[in-house]
Amino acid sequence: MGCATTVLNVTVIATEGLSKRFPRVTALDRLSLDIGPGVTGLVGANGAGKSTMIKILLGLSPATEGRATVLGFDVATDGAAIRESVGYMPEHDCLPPDVSATELVVHMARMSGLPPTAARERTADTLRHVGLYEERYRPIGGYSTGMKQRVKLAQALVHDPKLVLLDEPTNGLDPVGRDEMLNLIRRVYTDFGISVLVTSHLLGELERTCDHVVVIDGGTLLRSSSTSDFTQNTATLAVEVTDTDTHPDGTRALREALTAAGLSLHLGEEDGLPGAGHILLIEATGEETYDVVRDTVAGLGLGLVRMEQRRHHIAEVFRTKDASKGAAPAGPDGQPVPAQSGTAELALQKGGGSDEH
Amino acid sequence: MSTDLTRIHNIGYRNYDGPRLGRAYARRSLYSQSLRGSYGLGRSAKSKILPMILFAVMCVPAAIMVAVAVATDLKDLPVSYTRYAIFTQAIIALFLAAQAPQSVSRDLRFKTVPLYFSRPIERVDYVLAKYGAMASSLFILTAAPLVVLYLGSLLAKMDFLDQTKGFGQGLLSVALLSLLFGGLGLVMAALTPRRGFGVAAVIATLTITYGAVSTVQAIASASDADGAVQWLGLFSPITLIDGVQTAFLGATSSFPGEAGPSAGVGVVYLLVVLALILGSYAVLMGRYRKVGL
Repeated sequence: MGCATTVLNVTVIATEGLSKRFPRVTALDRLSLDIGPGVTGLVGANGAGKSTMIKILLGLSPATEGRATVLGFDVATDGAAIRESVGYMPEHDCLPPDVSATELVVHMARMSGLPPTAARERTADTLRHVGLYEERYRPIGGYSTGMKQRVKLAQALVHDPKLVLLDEPTNGLDPVGRDEMLNLIRRVYTDFGISVLVTSHLLGELERTCDHVVVIDGGTLLRSSSTSDFTQNTATLAVEVTDTDTHPDGTRALREALTAAGLSLHLGEEDGLPGAGHILLIEATGEETYDVVRDTVAGLGLGLVRMEQRRHHIAEVFRTKDASKGAAPAGPDGQPVPAQSGTAELALQKGGGSDEH
Repeated sequence: MSTDLTRIHNIGYRNYDGPRLGRAYARRSLYSQSLRGSYGLGRSAKSKILPMILFAVMCVPAAIMVAVAVATDLKDLPVSYTRYAIFTQAIIALFLAAQAPQSVSRDLRFKTVPLYFSRPIERVDYVLAKYGAMASSLFILTAAPLVVLYLGSLLAKMDFLDQTKGFGQGLLSVALLSLLFGGLGLVMAALTPRRGFGVAAVIATLTITYGAVSTVQAIASASDADGAVQWLGLFSPITLIDGVQTAFLGATSSFPGEAGPSAGVGVVYLLVVLALILGSYAVLMGRYRKVGL
């Protein structure tokens, strides 16, 4: 296993040398993972093997070699037991338009083995928890994408599983809808106590939600580590100011003043972000950094448009780590990792998670 | 959305500690949901109209015959139990064409199937529940008028043993018909995920084959080739049933010249019917292997 993997007492998902080969493609290649309770992100580009992984974990598709357990059940032999205590939210649209959310979710609850009365009660509860109220009696055909995603999440949660597998739950949502969905996913673990495995091809959006992130590429493990390991070390402040008559280029004036005050700025990193050229990224070393910024802005007589804390993006961490490791970083099995393809793609997708508010 | 207005207070998440009834229960639930659904029960008012009308149309002629039989004190029913489904085959075809696609095409078209298969329920449960529900709803449709006829015949004080025997043979015949038609209809519908195509495919399969078979049979009969007539009946679902009940269930054949199959050829008919039923099941199982997830 990779050095960054945390040793956990309880294991929700464990895979050992898991491989899945199709006649032409190798979807998973000797993947060994150990995932504990909490929200775990499974990140990879399209075709990285995320959906194959979910199928194997649900016991619906046999692995070519290796083994996997979910909640202590072997996927090869106890598929039915796994599916009874696991919820699954598919990536694609899966809702018939002519029934209401209530009807669909009640039916799915019964398919999970809940008696009729319990199915109705759980449905009402679950739909309320995902944020569907009066509209749950209307046909799904009239729902917005965000509401449909909530129904899909509700049907995965209705039987009170111990683990939910969410396949690209933020697909097709606008930035606000995506934030709401990510908050909801976070609550599934913090409030409901249900562990979550969430896949995404956007690394950026998972850093806010997940306790742990697993990155796979081409069916191999690229990295598996705790989110806090690399995003909480340092915080970054994003500051935007107005221009005034005295300082026609307020941003530049502030940058010079802050550099003079001894703060380190992430020069050049603003490029590629929306609003580039008007946003300063400042390394926050502690509470006093905020005061320095405030006083400097006030001293220059500029208007402070925003000052917000921005965590490092996981992608940045991967990029710098891989760069520092040298030309041939070693993968989990001591094999060379296709670093160029993997990290380049991930770095490209960095922008996806950094929506401006 | 009026989320802030409608929320009274958050009572928090509650875990479920109650029973989980497993596969067999899920299969039964799916069966009853599909069976009810084929008559529009538990669905919108609009989707109740067609199946209910067809059900009424099936039963009304039987009721009229019974009324006539009772009023005029007939000694025998105007139509035999085994013949009724042959007369009303167009209604059965319409019912099947409307309900088979609604039973399976929707799940395929809207990709709802993965929601089932990510649960304890398995492919065989799904196929058995859907097939069973379709066959049962056809059986209800075809057996209900027979029940009306039987009750009527008892009211008219016809020969009890005779009527009971005929009624039993009729029930067996429509049971076989329900299994055969249900299987064929579901296969048709499952292979055409768009509902409209499914409806057309079912109607086409049932009516075109029947039209073709009866035309060729008429020609064969006119050219005195009665031997060919009994073999031709193998090529359409309704004539298959007709052949089986002629050979084994004491029915009078509706083939031209009443040249139904003898017991020997009847065995072939029965084998073809059973092969079609098992074949439909196998095709459905194959169809759902692909769409698993």
